[in-house]
Amino acid sequence: MKHPDHLRYTRTHEWVRAEQDGTLTVGITHHAQDALGEMVYVELPEVGRKLAAEEPCAVIESVKAASDVYAPAAGEVMAVNDAVVKSPGDLNQDPYAAWLYRMKPEAGFDAGKLLEAAAYEKGVA
Amino acid sequence: MQRTPLHPVHRAAGARLVDFAGWEMPLHYGSQTEEHHAVRRDAGMFDTSHMLAIDLEGAGTRAFLRRALANDVARLSSPGKALYSCVLREDGGVLDDLIVYFLREDLFRVVVNAATAEKDLAWLAGLPACPARRPRRDLAMIAVQGPDARAKTWQALPGLKEASELLGVFFGAQAGEIFVARTGYTGEDGFELLVPAAQAVETWQRLAGAGVRPCGLGARDTLRLEAGMNLYGQDMDESVTPLESGLGWTVALEGDRDFVGKAALRARPPARKLVGLVMTGRGGVLRGHQKVRTALGDGEITSGGYSPTLERSIALARVPIGAAPGTSAQVEIRDKWHAVRIVKPPFVRHGKPLHPDL
Repeated sequence: MKHPDHLRYTRTHEWVRAEQDGTLTVGITHHAQDALGEMVYVELPEVGRKLAAEEPCAVIESVKAASDVYAPAAGEVMAVNDAVVKSPGDLNQDPYAAWLYRMKPEAGFDAGKLLEAAAYEKGVA
Repeated sequence: MQRTPLHPVHRAAGARLVDFAGWEMPLHYGSQTEEHHAVRRDAGMFDTSHMLAIDLEGAGTRAFLRRALANDVARLSSPGKALYSCVLREDGGVLDDLIVYFLREDLFRVVVNAATAEKDLAWLAGLPACPARRPRRDLAMIAVQGPDARAKTWQALPGLKEASELLGVFFGAQAGEIFVARTGYTGEDGFELLVPAAQAVETWQRLAGAGVRPCGLGARDTLRLEAGMNLYGQDMDESVTPLESGLGWTVALEGDRDFVGKAALRARPPARKLVGLVMTGRGGVLRGHQKVRTALGDGEITSGGYSPTLERSIALARVPIGAAPGTSAQVEIRDKWHAVRIVKPPFVRHGKPLHPDL
């Protein structure tokens, strides 16, 4: 499955998983890593950083180009995945295991407003 | 978009195809990094058929090329010998870079870049006493590169062995219908083959059968960058001279030979030069057009990228002439300044890093 059904997506090519504790885990989609090519550098936000919705908050660089990663919601960064900083190629190997950061969205955020897999795929087809 | 005779092979192999100077060419066949390593450690091959070979024929060809090129074809005394040169405008700007082969006293072959091929043909035709020009679009080009490239080429194409076994570096020879030259754009040993277009697919498949890995333009770019070789249109163009582009060694300024651009180069000592940069910390990847700050003034990256061999970012940059190798500089990436070390290119030769102290 290139874009699993149990995840939500943004038009800027992030996948978002709504966790039981109310946080959101964010990564980049299969389509994004395929379009960018082999990843060589990842820069993640600091834990505790306050994010505005759609704010660029991480950077990924492939052999081809640099690309921003955006916040799917306003909120606060709770954790980052240091493993992917050490091994950016993980984003190509398995973009859904290689999450980038986890954030706590502000109250009232509705993950249901993000795209479902089918709608995302329609946008990138 | 134009296609080379090998296009169907690239498509069948699942290559990611991109537009390069109006040609639909393979960027990679799955992993650009693995293709890069194949060339550094074993053998890889590139379809370079988008480049153009032009045969120049006639008694006056050598005299013409001594005027038309910044390097001096008088240096070519043995048949088959090749020379790298720039073609300059009168004001010293670089029109193109090429390789010229001396085949016979009345036959020289130049191989020029894809994007500039038509411009070059028109430019040469406009110079006085230009000999007959024969663009060889009937030939495909395959570059086989890497420490095992020659052995695997002979395994795949035994008919080439006799003509190419004793071929010196930067020499070419005709072997039946295939022209084989010990040249390349990777910093490794190997051959560049000019093959009749109708034989291109079979030649490619034989090489693949001997274990030569197909490589795309992505790996070609990181390999040539590590090897400190310029890319026309990026590291130099009509707005700069070869002396500002790390190519002073290719300009034969001495003596009284006159060539197009010589007076301008003499009159205009370079204020800038091309150097290598190695990123010493983290913070991103060096890329073309990023700003450079040195102790002597500002400059700009002309080509940059992530070096798979060094596992760090490297670049070529145009900086003030006095900026010295061994000193540090800064590069701006996303509004932040990051430390780099100035080095003399190349970065990698024959598989080995050349600045291991960094």
